[in-house]
Amino acid sequence: MPLADLAPPPDQPSLVDAYAPLAGCYDEMRTAEGEVRPHWQYFLDALRTLGPAGIEERWREASRLIRDNGVTYNLHGDPQGMSRSWELDLLPLMIRSEEWAELERGLIQRAELFNLILLDLYGPRDLIRLELLPAELIDGHPGYLLPCHGIEIPGGRPLVHYAADLTRLPDGRWRVIGDRTQSPPGAGYALENRVVLSRVLPSLFRDSHVHRLAGFFRSMRRTLTQIAPQRAEDARVVFLTPGPQNEAYFEHAYLANYLGYTLVQGGDLSVRDGALWLRTLGRLERIDAVLRRVDDIWCDPLELREDSFLGIPGLVQAARAGNVTLANALGSGVLEHDALMAFLPQLCQHLLGEELVLPDIPTWWCGDPASREHVLDNLDQLLVKSISGPSSQPFLAPGTMSPEARKKLAQAIQAHPSRYVAQERIQPSTAPALIGQHLEPRPTVLRTFLMAEDDGYTVMPGGLGRVTLGNESTGVSSHLGGLGKDVWVLASEPERQESLLPANEMLMTPAVVQESAVSSRVADNLFWIGRYAERAEGLVRLLRITIFKYAERSDVPLAKAASSCLRPLLEALTNQTQSFPGFVGEGSEKRLREPVPELLSLISDRNRLGSLPQTLQALGQAAYSVRDRLSGDTWRVIGNIESLQASLSEHPPAQLSQALDELDPLVTALVAFSGLSQENMTHNEGWHFLEVGRRLERGAAIASLLLSTLVPTSPEQDENMVIEAVLGITDSVITYRRRYRGGTRVGALLDLVFQDEGNPRALAYQIVMLQKLVTELPRGDLAVGRTAVEKLVMRSLTDIRLAEIDALIQVEKQSERRVALARMLVELTEQLAAISDAITGQYFRHEEQPHSLLRRTGSPTP
Amino acid sequence: MKYRIHHVTRYQYAEPVSLCHSIAHLKPIQTRTQRCLASSVRVDPWPSVSREHEDFFGNRVSYFSIQQAHKALEVTATSEVEITPLPPPEADRTPPWENVAERLYDKGDGMMTDARIFSLPSAHIPLEASATQYAAVSFTKGRPILEATRDFMGRIFREFEYDPASTTIATPIAEVMEKRRGVCQDFAHVAIAGLRGLGLPARYVSGYLETLPPPGQVKLQGADASHAWFSILLPDVGWIDFDPTNDQLSSEQYITTAIGRDFQDVTPLRGIFYGGGAHELLVAVDVNRVPEEAEAVA
Repeated sequence: MPLADLAPPPDQPSLVDAYAPLAGCYDEMRTAEGEVRPHWQYFLDALRTLGPAGIEERWREASRLIRDNGVTYNLHGDPQGMSRSWELDLLPLMIRSEEWAELERGLIQRAELFNLILLDLYGPRDLIRLELLPAELIDGHPGYLLPCHGIEIPGGRPLVHYAADLTRLPDGRWRVIGDRTQSPPGAGYALENRVVLSRVLPSLFRDSHVHRLAGFFRSMRRTLTQIAPQRAEDARVVFLTPGPQNEAYFEHAYLANYLGYTLVQGGDLSVRDGALWLRTLGRLERIDAVLRRVDDIWCDPLELREDSFLGIPGLVQAARAGNVTLANALGSGVLEHDALMAFLPQLCQHLLGEELVLPDIPTWWCGDPASREHVLDNLDQLLVKSISGPSSQPFLAPGTMSPEARKKLAQAIQAHPSRYVAQERIQPSTAPALIGQHLEPRPTVLRTFLMAEDDGYTVMPGGLGRVTLGNESTGVSSHLGGLGKDVWVLASEPERQESLLPANEMLMTPAVVQESAVSSRVADNLFWIGRYAERAEGLVRLLRITIFKYAERSDVPLAKAASSCLRPLLEALTNQTQSFPGFVGEGSEKRLREPVPELLSLISDRNRLGSLPQTLQALGQAAYSVRDRLSGDTWRVIGNIESLQASLSEHPPAQLSQALDELDPLVTALVAFSGLSQENMTHNEGWHFLEVGRRLERGAAIASLLLSTLVPTSPEQDENMVIEAVLGITDSVITYRRRYRGGTRVGALLDLVFQDEGNPRALAYQIVMLQKLVTELPRGDLAVGRTAVEKLVMRSLTDIRLAEIDALIQVEKQSERRVALARMLVELTEQLAAISDAITGQYFRHEEQPHSLLRRTGSPTP
Repeated sequence: MKYRIHHVTRYQYAEPVSLCHSIAHLKPIQTRTQRCLASSVRVDPWPSVSREHEDFFGNRVSYFSIQQAHKALEVTATSEVEITPLPPPEADRTPPWENVAERLYDKGDGMMTDARIFSLPSAHIPLEASATQYAAVSFTKGRPILEATRDFMGRIFREFEYDPASTTIATPIAEVMEKRRGVCQDFAHVAIAGLRGLGLPARYVSGYLETLPPPGQVKLQGADASHAWFSILLPDVGWIDFDPTNDQLSSEQYITTAIGRDFQDVTPLRGIFYGGGAHELLVAVDVNRVPEEAEAVA
């Protein structure tokens, strides 16, 4: 259906007429008889009013917001292509309040049940002793972690949060098709979906009386504070992520920020004195609770997976000692067991004395003789899965197998029945999705989220809808791929006070209670963000001036060009990017005569060390690693820089003029970034490191530039050109003209860009700033005196202040070079490197990777 | 028989270790035939944290953490145990092995239910067809379980070569089966894999074996070593230990420290440390008889 059909003229049928639900599926929007379900009507009418152009516009707006906010989900976790944008459908999944209330009841019961199962399995194991659960089912499951047996859980709530995937079968009833019980992902995406949709469809959202999500996250904060062993108000909670390589890293940073928790990786934490501590700069901070996104087995190399670098050695012991609470408790992954669903009705009866409210998909464990018989008799109608082995295997559909494969499977089931589980093949319900320009029915899964509260669980009134992009209806993946959907639970009463308030969910900003502590890793990344941003900006400036000068001189014979002011600029480029040989080393004469290919390579070759795209990529990666520290605006600028970088390296400019066009917006973006970091970042510890990085980089760049341009001498006319270029690169043309009307030109230039402590582009200025910044850095145990870093900075500043410009500009006859200046600049460059090393050594010294002590049992010779 | 066991493990590091967390299974458990009279684990340098808990299998687990920089770590376990061996049942009067596998699933038999975990594959002992086939040769139809297991143990003893250079702790069972070489730990793993492949419960035992000097010679200090073997469940009786490295049932010379599914559950000493660089390891074990009239360890 072309988009134009979506909005028929008023006298034509409505846009849903062409929408045909799939046979045999429950459709969320249309009944089998073709009627639109009443709770969808309002939304559909609104869409019709918007018209195809309006819909298109809103969709574009949504995509832009997602891109600008950097909402990513990296399906394959590819660190290179760091950001696969999250895809959001413009149509929410709509559920009536009354129906939702029933769902809630079932979900809360399920969470209670799961919690009790966990308490039993990691405690008395009555369920196994009473044969309610077969021992081999639990004891043979890789998610059942014996080292976690017997750990007492504060408050008796090992299952703090929980997510269930649901779909609706053709009979219209909701069924659970999967459970996420270790560290359920998705709540952050649900929140982001809501933020986006409520912004692009504000009036529609407001008038639909949609339940808000903010309350759920408030109760999350409350609960995490309460489960902490020290229930004081100032209980510290951290958000543990596996790191930027994780597919859902966006969500980790986003939620950590939203909840006001420090985002940490395993290496930022350490177990000491039997408790958990966050390593910040020069201090350790006690951590009371961990909201973790690291799966069970990776959390502690001492007692769980020995080869894990994502965890914290000793964490299991800290939990055992009751000094830290984990959400969820370690070992909760056993509940993700595929065969467990077959036992839930009887477990529910036994543990809660109730019928299971929310049924699962019918599931059979073949270890039970009657179930095995049923499975073998009905193999073609079922999905079968092997549950042995360390990694869960996908469901197989025997009905689609070759006769031989099918026979082999049946034999395998007979030989080892307890290793197989079967499920009914289901037809998930469909919901309309905007695919291209069509409304199409797509299989839909609803992920719901629960959080423990004082006396039970609370359900997020909404969730994360996902529609599969293909049409296949079997085996819905537990990954979050596909198209995301916001979930609107529609309030029953038509008019509510809330609807008078601004509808934008963005307004529910987090109450940041704790100032996020800066770990060594974070400080290190911020330091490099400062360096890379400055390096990129300096490089772009130098490139631009070089290209201008090249264009100006291009009417002069080539041979002349090589000896003109271009040469020092080209050499400066090579020196500053360290991209040797370039215009300096072997083969440089030829490149100096024909500099365009080398220039273009520095501008667009991503694989080249020191090139512009590589510097920008490094900036992006460093920023991504600490994205929870960067404001939304800053992140948008980073995203912009990323896409400019991508366009430069994916569509390399063929000419310098074209390159120039692309460099202009880049300068703007980089300047915006430095402006934001100056004006919009709290000037806390982290900011100081970013700023130190920037100043060190700028100082080194100025020294390198002066070394390349002012140390060699050239005929007067060329020297004027060089001076002009240096002034251009250092943004000092106007001051220079105003201040110096005569005198030695080189001397005047040095005065301005070397020794002037008031010129933000002068070397001296960088050192003065550094001196201020380094006194703010943590001093460790040093009470009086100066740190090594402070002393180094002080020496550099003194050297610059004591330098005599007249002496520096002297040209040595023999070499025709300003030797004294060269010596001075080389010395300063080394000092800046020493300062950088000292800071790295003092603050970023990461703990070494932990090693394992293990040896095998020796044996007396027989 | 009473024994005093002295087990010293010493790590010497090239560089200082700044932080170290360790888990030890060094204190002997109580069994049908063994009483632990006294046991202590001393750690040098003095640990900042030291705790003990009982694990899932009833073993005593010591956890300690050293937070001061150190270039050497010494862990000394001293224990005194009393062994009262029980005569093994007459092999030919034990039930057919298939019965044992079946009885695992008897309803309401707590001992059998608890044993089921030992019939399942575990981290270091996955299902290994070659081991199952190898075991099946001894487990012919209807053969009494004790007789079959003795035969199986004897074959491992004769057909596998003791060779410490051939394997490491990471060598998979399939490779041990192929090379037919290994150490006590490998032999125990092979035996357990074979038994579990047949549906029988089998567990890994970590401990010591008293060695006696050749006649007329004095026993050397530190000459003993930690040892490992396996054990099977005889319904209504209990666990019976077999040592495939020496082709014998356990006797009063066998001292058990811990039991588990495989090596990983009962590693005598494991740890994670920061820094340290290269390290050297020295282990000395002494198992000495305590004369009856001697006082217990203070």
